[in-house]
Amino acid sequence: MTWLVALPVVIPLVAAGLALALAKHSRVQGVISVVALTAVLIVAVALIFVTHTVGPQVVNVGGWAAPVGIAVVTDRLSALMLVVSAVVLLGVLLYSLAQGLADGPKGAPVAIYHPTYLVLAAGVAMAFTSGDLFNLYVGFEILLAASFVLLTLGGTGERIRAGAIYVVVSLLSSLLFLISIALLYGATGTLNLAQLADRIDALDPGLQTVLQIMLLMGFAIKAAIFPLSAWLPDSYPTAPAPVTAVFAGLLTKVGVYAIIRTQTLLFTDGTLDTVLMVAALLTMLVGIAGAVAQEDIKRLLSFTLVSHIGFMIFGISLASDVGLSAAIFYVAHHITVQTALFLVSGLIERRGGTTSLVRLGSLAKVAPALGVVFFVSAMNLAGIPPMSGFLGKAGLLQAGLEDGTPLALVGVAVGLATSLLTLYAVVKAWNKAFWQEAPAPLPEASVPRGMFGPTAVLAAVGVVIALVAGPLYSYTDAAARDLRLQDPYISSVLVDDGRGEGQSADAQGGDS
Amino acid sequence: MGVEMSPSLALVLAVGVLVGSGVYLLLERSLSRVIIGITLISNGVNLLFLIAGGAAGGPPLVGTTEPDQMADPLPQAMVLTAIVINLGITAFVLAMAYRSWQLHGHDEVQDDLEDRRIARRAARHEEDTRADDVGTDLATEAAEARDETEEEHSLETAHHGPRLGADDTEAERHDRGENT
Repeated sequence: MTWLVALPVVIPLVAAGLALALAKHSRVQGVISVVALTAVLIVAVALIFVTHTVGPQVVNVGGWAAPVGIAVVTDRLSALMLVVSAVVLLGVLLYSLAQGLADGPKGAPVAIYHPTYLVLAAGVAMAFTSGDLFNLYVGFEILLAASFVLLTLGGTGERIRAGAIYVVVSLLSSLLFLISIALLYGATGTLNLAQLADRIDALDPGLQTVLQIMLLMGFAIKAAIFPLSAWLPDSYPTAPAPVTAVFAGLLTKVGVYAIIRTQTLLFTDGTLDTVLMVAALLTMLVGIAGAVAQEDIKRLLSFTLVSHIGFMIFGISLASDVGLSAAIFYVAHHITVQTALFLVSGLIERRGGTTSLVRLGSLAKVAPALGVVFFVSAMNLAGIPPMSGFLGKAGLLQAGLEDGTPLALVGVAVGLATSLLTLYAVVKAWNKAFWQEAPAPLPEASVPRGMFGPTAVLAAVGVVIALVAGPLYSYTDAAARDLRLQDPYISSVLVDDGRGEGQSADAQGGDS
Repeated sequence: MGVEMSPSLALVLAVGVLVGSGVYLLLERSLSRVIIGITLISNGVNLLFLIAGGAAGGPPLVGTTEPDQMADPLPQAMVLTAIVINLGITAFVLAMAYRSWQLHGHDEVQDDLEDRRIARRAARHEEDTRADDVGTDLATEAAEARDETEEEHSLETAHHGPRLGADDTEAERHDRGENT
């Protein structure tokens, strides 16, 4: 079953090529994208079963086992991330297709939209399954290049302005990542994550810390951890609603994933855990303070996104099984709920003609279904008890209490305060957009069913996560245990004979 | 392995100069300078990879060089990948700079919305100058800062609401139809 591992990258890339070749037929493009992403979703679900029952799945590209060859690895964490990202990518794609239909030929997505979107999907999957730091870098670059194009789609003034900041900041983080890869290679002679885990302990502790700081800086920019988060609320809201939704759901989480991977596999001595925890607390507070001050619903949601990244980093920085497990659960919850909220904000903009809370109003009367979806997702984000947000936060707070250090206890308090402030911010948005009378009559517009459907489904997925929270938590527990033990990962990547099935031509006669 | 591992000083200096001047250019406002800076840093990093690969050796082809005389092929493969990625990114940023020049007549990275809102508010309440500001006050800075809010008819404001991040007064003005 190992051949499954490469499919989440291969399928979207092939489909992207096809879609680009068929650029003149936007309907065919849509069909290709839907088929490809559905296939990815099926593969991802199959992978989650295989990795959960059998163990980590490894593909040795060209038959050469690591460290000679390049490994593509899926363990429990990667498989879960693949499934959640496939659900979100497919949902957002259906939403954007319906938007294209509703807007007619004039508003249909430009020909480049589908290929770029598929490349983005491939890049995300590649980052999640890479067993090699340089491959991780390439995955990041693929998804970043695609995100540059998607963010500046249409090239309007506002998007170019936001895009310039986003592109420069992203490139800076990539350069930091690339420099740390070069340094790591110089110091250890390998970039395979499993082999690095073995070799990095032999390095000087000071050098280890430097390498860890360099990598964390690169990833922290991508994950939007305060003080490296200022680019996010400025750039995301300008993009088209589906693009913002998929960025908010996935791109920052790829950074979080990379932090989880490196913190559990490479840097396990916990030198920077305190720094990471302080950064997490500041991210929560600064992010939510920004959200409270916003008058535009998209910007408000972008700030809550920054704030809630802090929860995940808090879980990682606890460096315990429970903390990590809760962080992984929180990532799965947050991807779905944040995407659903951004899709709702796109529908609000459609129905109300604006996303400014100053001028919206009475939406609960004119679009009650929209109100329900927004309310459920917003309460989910804030962490109201029966929902998955509550379970994720409860897990994190419990892990913080178990840790018991003063800083972790402060973290618990900050987490609670952030939840309350999130509730305040989203209730404010709810009151202003849905509950109060609109200051001026809203324009006559309708919400297309095709756009509402995927939004409602994603919001429902956020709720369903709560229903399956028991199995999901035992899954993330197992994932966290694997990550902290390191062994299942390393032993399945580094096979005993050290070269796999690869055949080399005879050295003397070889011209191949 | 008997390979000499201490790096060449010339290469290390070259990396320092490339990355240093790249960082300087990266801090400029103009996108064309930024992209030159990014290219310089990437080239510096490529050299860093060469250093990481150890001393130079023969071509790493089986049959032409003895295995212990070979150069490390892996950094070369990675540098090649990095060069290709940098090429694509450079093309994209240049296109973006050109588009910015088409729209605004310059290719400068503009202030973000929060900065502009703060500057505008300060311009309205002149007493709100920052304590650590010695020479100019925020009001004059805001007036001097190149800012697309000066342009009334951008593509987006034509049929959407007031632009994102517009503050209350702007939104009201837009409602009264003064902006479009």
